Amino acid sequence: MTAAVSIRAITQVYGTQTALHAIDLEIAAGEYIVLLGPSGCGKTTLLNIIGGFAAPTAGDVLIGGRSMAGVAPKERPTTTVFQDYALFPHMSLADNVAFGLRMRGMAAGPRRTKALEMLDMVGLAAMADRRPHALSGGQRQRVALARALAVSPDVLLLDEPLGALDLKLRRQMQDELKAIQRRIGTTFVHVTHDQEEAMAIADRIVVMQSGRIAQAAPAREVYLRPASLFVADFMGEVNKIPLLDGLSPLGPLMPGTGTLCIRPEAIGPTGPLPLGAARVTDVAFFGTHIRAHMAPLAAPELTLTVHLPQGSDVTIGHVMPLFARDAVLL
Amino acid sequence: MTGAKNFQKIFAKNFLKILAPLYMAALYAFIFLPVIVLVIFSFQDGRLPVPPLKGVTLKWYIEVLSDRALLVALGNSLIVALISSAIALTLGFLAATALARTRLPGSALIRGLLIAPMTVSYLIIALGLMTLWRDLGLTVSLWATGIGHVIINLPLCFAILYAAMGDQHRSAERAARDLGASEGRVLWHVTAPMLMPSLLAAFFLSVTFSWDEFIIAFLLTRFDVTLPVEIWSMLKSGLNPKTNAVGALVFLASVAVLIILELTAFRKHAP
Repeated sequence: MTAAVSIRAITQVYGTQTALHAIDLEIAAGEYIVLLGPSGCGKTTLLNIIGGFAAPTAGDVLIGGRSMAGVAPKERPTTTVFQDYALFPHMSLADNVAFGLRMRGMAAGPRRTKALEMLDMVGLAAMADRRPHALSGGQRQRVALARALAVSPDVLLLDEPLGALDLKLRRQMQDELKAIQRRIGTTFVHVTHDQEEAMAIADRIVVMQSGRIAQAAPAREVYLRPASLFVADFMGEVNKIPLLDGLSPLGPLMPGTGTLCIRPEAIGPTGPLPLGAARVTDVAFFGTHIRAHMAPLAAPELTLTVHLPQGSDVTIGHVMPLFARDAVLL
Repeated sequence: MTGAKNFQKIFAKNFLKILAPLYMAALYAFIFLPVIVLVIFSFQDGRLPVPPLKGVTLKWYIEVLSDRALLVALGNSLIVALISSAIALTLGFLAATALARTRLPGSALIRGLLIAPMTVSYLIIALGLMTLWRDLGLTVSLWATGIGHVIINLPLCFAILYAAMGDQHRSAERAARDLGASEGRVLWHVTAPMLMPSLLAAFFLSVTFSWDEFIIAFLLTRFDVTLPVEIWSMLKSGLNPKTNAVGALVFLASVAVLIILELTAFRKHAP
């Protein structure tokens, strides 16, 4: 099952601190949304409000068009995958997964069948009668996911679900999460502070900054067309060149005033925007690319970080003309 | 010079090697000697449970097990211990969950009041209950004793369970609510099973305290007495190997409870 989520002017105030400033967000049914931001940006608070674990100071959340004001977590069409998994240590995996169905009054037989089906979906059917303490972090994560999905929620909330896993396992789980979400079509709302994770799985990334939405758009747009310097910085490394009435330390570049943001991989020997010649001051081989620091001849105090193709022939002291693409003026 | 030093060192080492076990033996003798003497002279083949040991017989045990009054008292003790402990455990569990999970105004005061009876002597509690019972126009009975035992065991159960409630429990309870469990079902299906070792420990400790308790039972029962009160009335007619036999049986029961506890509640779960 699936449903749209409509967040309307949600404000959350804790004492003198405002955690959320009148947030508006429309989430389509079946969409995979990632709430992304640094710690303290309000992403977890917003997730808790959708799940019913916190009551907003003002505003309303609608799920499938129904207002959730005053609706307890157990009555909501949402379930949550918690950061610490929160599995029941005294129950077998099958009983953990079947817990929600048991609370809904399903008989023991069908309940077990459904639990085994869900465990099979996450590849743990063979361990159905084990206890959670016998599992690795990644396996616990899968059980938590199966448990939350067993009751067929309209909306699945994921609170930094991959935070405790190592990098390789995290990448693998991202692919699985995305695949499962596509197959069952449930709306997923996923909280993370890892921008690579967000780009890997989200249909739409909602970047949050101090209780406000900084930008809500697909990964490509958030990365290539950031709405603010904060978003540009948060989504990855960026070269920032000050621009005043079309003039920069590198000479005239483009009309306008502000900060010109260029990603390291958008600078190279060819491109629509000439940046002038620069001297290589530092080179490192990164496997997928070569990372170099370059000082423009026109402004040696400015250091540009450039990612060049793996086969590029660059050495320290080498002088080369640089061009840029996808430059954004903010 | 070095030889003397070496000698000193070796002497000190060996001295400690001998002294430590001696100290331990003395300590255990201090604790257990009275019980051992009691058990030995319960087998005394004679009228008095004092040295010398004239012979070994089981007749005192047979006499105990065929003494109706004693067996009735034993039954009373068991009933009071089990029921009062179950009530103290339930009340303590509910109070501990409430105080650990919700922020209440004056919760420190409520906690203090719950634990306070621990610091009041049993004699005072018994006197208070006795007065209240009389003012209410009731006759003292096993029920009054049971209530007294709930009063002394509730703080114990509360303190054990309150200390055992950690954040990992809180997070599992949150998940249970999220999956559709009502508050009652959260307690029944998640909180209580996760606290099982502490629940068992609190229950069995309560049972042993109630089983041993004398003052409250003495003041609040008249005809349907508990075992400690019955033993007391036996002692009034002088020393007798039969009382030793009763004591040995009571001690055996306590040891049995301890072994059960060790095998269940206090056992470390294999990781």
